[in-house]
Amino acid sequence: MSLKLGVPSKGRLMDKTFDWFAKRGLTLSRTGSEREYAGRVDGIDGVELVLLSASEVPRELAAGRIHLGVTGTDLLLEKLPRWEQQVEEVAPLGFGFADLILAVPQFWIDVDGLDDLDAVAARFRVDHGHRLRIATKYHRLVREFLGDAGVADYQLVDSQGATEGTVKNETAEMIADITSTGETLRANHLKILSDGLVLKSQATLWRSRTAKYEAEDKATLNQLRDLLDS
Amino acid sequence: MANTSDIQARAQRLRMNFEAAGAKLVEPPILQSAETLLDLYGEDIRARAYVTSDALRGEQMLRPDFTVPVVERHMRQSAEPARYTYAGEVFRRQEHDPDRANEYVQVGYEVFDRANPAAADAEVFALISMQLRDLPVRPACGDIGILTAAVQGLNTSDLRKSALMRHIWRPRRFKSLLDRFAGRTTVSEHREKLLSTEGAVSASAPEIGKRRAADIDARMEALRADAKVAPISENEISALETLLAVRETIPFAVEQLRDVAVDLPTISHALDRLDARVVAMRARGIDVDNLEFEASYGRTSMEYYDGFVFGFYANNRPDLPAIATGGRYDALTRYLGNGREIPAVGAVLRPDLMLQLEEGAQ
Repeated sequence: MSLKLGVPSKGRLMDKTFDWFAKRGLTLSRTGSEREYAGRVDGIDGVELVLLSASEVPRELAAGRIHLGVTGTDLLLEKLPRWEQQVEEVAPLGFGFADLILAVPQFWIDVDGLDDLDAVAARFRVDHGHRLRIATKYHRLVREFLGDAGVADYQLVDSQGATEGTVKNETAEMIADITSTGETLRANHLKILSDGLVLKSQATLWRSRTAKYEAEDKATLNQLRDLLDS
Repeated sequence: MANTSDIQARAQRLRMNFEAAGAKLVEPPILQSAETLLDLYGEDIRARAYVTSDALRGEQMLRPDFTVPVVERHMRQSAEPARYTYAGEVFRRQEHDPDRANEYVQVGYEVFDRANPAAADAEVFALISMQLRDLPVRPACGDIGILTAAVQGLNTSDLRKSALMRHIWRPRRFKSLLDRFAGRTTVSEHREKLLSTEGAVSASAPEIGKRRAADIDARMEALRADAKVAPISENEISALETLLAVRETIPFAVEQLRDVAVDLPTISHALDRLDARVVAMRARGIDVDNLEFEASYGRTSMEYYDGFVFGFYANNRPDLPAIATGGRYDALTRYLGNGREIPAVGAVLRPDLMLQLEEGAQ
């Protein structure tokens, strides 16, 4: 057996993950053609590279089909309830920083924080006949955050992309989405609620608590941890 | 653990007891309109109920309880008074505690009767109590109607009262609103700056989305008016806080609540209703003198109850959920009734937990 390490299969997240491991003496590389999702790990024995979509990493870790995996805190916490039971955080990787935030139109000058939002949601429902819609793909995290804050009379509508555009298109009144610089929010005339930070996220290396570890896998894991710590 | 057929058999027996008490058997479908439940409970219901969907009917929920479909049914067909019973599975999504059942059987008894609400409260409580008479359980009760009467009676603006009413079932939010309305918290810098402006406030940002400039101007006016409202007096706040903390056997609770009514006289009618209920319960042989009353009972989990609320809990088994829960939900009938309404009270039993307690006793 060998330890399976799941890494995002494309883009900057893959490149930066490869760089991060390279700095610690492990060379991750793709093999075969550009379209073939196969890879290898040099610098340690007994580790197998699995390339997959970052959004599939949480599920694969929870199912124990990979032992280690790189993905954002946002995706992991959204997809795995009781995540502490299923995975362990090995190391934050120091890139892929993004905040999951609540944002409303800039011209809502009367709204600064969650207190305002709650009051506005109540009024909006009376005036418009439906609950105030929040476009997001982070349903669970946003629901728990608003539940804890005691915000009522809102409705989550699913948005898997171009979420910032939903307000202008009037399919939602506000959004909950990931932002790193706030550039896209500003371009879409949105502002972040003063206490609307749901989660700070970054790319993180996780270890599955449910995967099977043979004796040699445990040895490999220890060796790997030493390399990563140094 | 009791097996499924034992639980079903017990459920049928309980249901027959309720039929013998005059209830008509109803069998609501397992799949319920998600829209109705979402409008009622808000988005939080998604964390508690299983959602499924098809292309024709859209989102459906596996029934998280029977009360809503029973009320809907009653409001469609108007014969009254009416008593209903049902027995079947309910489904509760669990995201935090794997030991909690996500599917279990409930047997219920619901009374729609305008004649004498106090007598109906006592009838339901006594009937449930009767089914549990041989089990090591203890009841607790409360009355949401006293809380709402207290809030309605506060000497403050309607806007503030309705904000508090809206969050009766969210104690933390309720507390922070109360602190704000009592002037215990400082006004935020943002709000202060906002209030320093006059007239319609136009932002430089473009107007996007369905919430329009008119909506914002309306709220600005409301905020300016609210800034002029005097804080709720210390006297009323402390009376309300005393009320919320009442936790005593009924005779002592009533005494304390009457004391509170000196400062919050609007609760007097609700206390009269409590008195009438106590009389009716006593007439049915309930040991009212030892019955625990908690003024805050039912504030965290029982969102549609708005009057009498109660539950039965296993002695020495704080790990178990309530064996039975019930209460009055007049407002729910109004909400689902399309202009009609009727006083209603009901309760459900958990036959699985009853069997578990019996096994434990042997």
